[in-house]
Amino acid sequence: MTFEEIKNVLQHKTVGIAGAGGLGSNCAVALARVGIGTLIVADFDVVSESNLNRQYFFYNQIGKPKADALKANIQRINPAVTVIARKICLTKENIPILFRDCDIIVEAFDRADQKEMLIETVLTEFPEKPLIIGLGTAGWGKNDAIHCRKVDNMFICGDEISEIAPDLPPIAPRVGIVANMQANVVLEILLK
Amino acid sequence: MKIILNNNPETLEGDSITINHLLQLKNFTFKMLIIKINGILVQKGDYEITAIHDGDEVSVLHLISGG
Repeated sequence: MTFEEIKNVLQHKTVGIAGAGGLGSNCAVALARVGIGTLIVADFDVVSESNLNRQYFFYNQIGKPKADALKANIQRINPAVTVIARKICLTKENIPILFRDCDIIVEAFDRADQKEMLIETVLTEFPEKPLIIGLGTAGWGKNDAIHCRKVDNMFICGDEISEIAPDLPPIAPRVGIVANMQANVVLEILLK
Repeated sequence: MKIILNNNPETLEGDSITINHLLQLKNFTFKMLIIKINGILVQKGDYEITAIHDGDEVSVLHLISGG
């Protein structure tokens, strides 16, 4: 497909991004660059200085809500993308409402218990919707361990073993690889 | 009985096994899990009462923090 043909397909598609942190912000930017039609981004948090080692925000955005800051950044990259920025904490009650019209949902949470809640909710409410999960993003090097594994409509991106820890922080290169892998899987599904 | 666990064939004793028993057997000690049998999610509260049978495809996903 030419890039024009790709844009013609993507402009009619909607992707939900659950969490606008390391995975979510980078995945959203990659999808915005290629011309996704609509992004629904949900995150209740604000940008802090410690986020800047991996999240797609800038120094002068410290203190701003992440959903709003990410929307602003995306509009500067590609004004044609519609970004619906929701400053909310996602729950099993509001996930089915917020992501109902998404073609694909990207799981980009930080905590394992939040990931569990989201995956359970999507598998219960929308078992047919592709769900792109980010799992195992911490540290550096070990490129070969990062993979994408399909289980029914779930696509698991990451190495599935590197959990964040004080001596194994999540940092831009590896987090960016997994986030872009998630975006790449989104394209694979939408451009079939 | 023979099952597929995370894409790998496994042979287990008996005709059926509960999910909790399988988790103990395989030393799956992580607390945050997603378990599907034949493509259907099993709710956490049902791990003790849900049985796996011969021919089932089981996937156990360990969730870890980071993202």
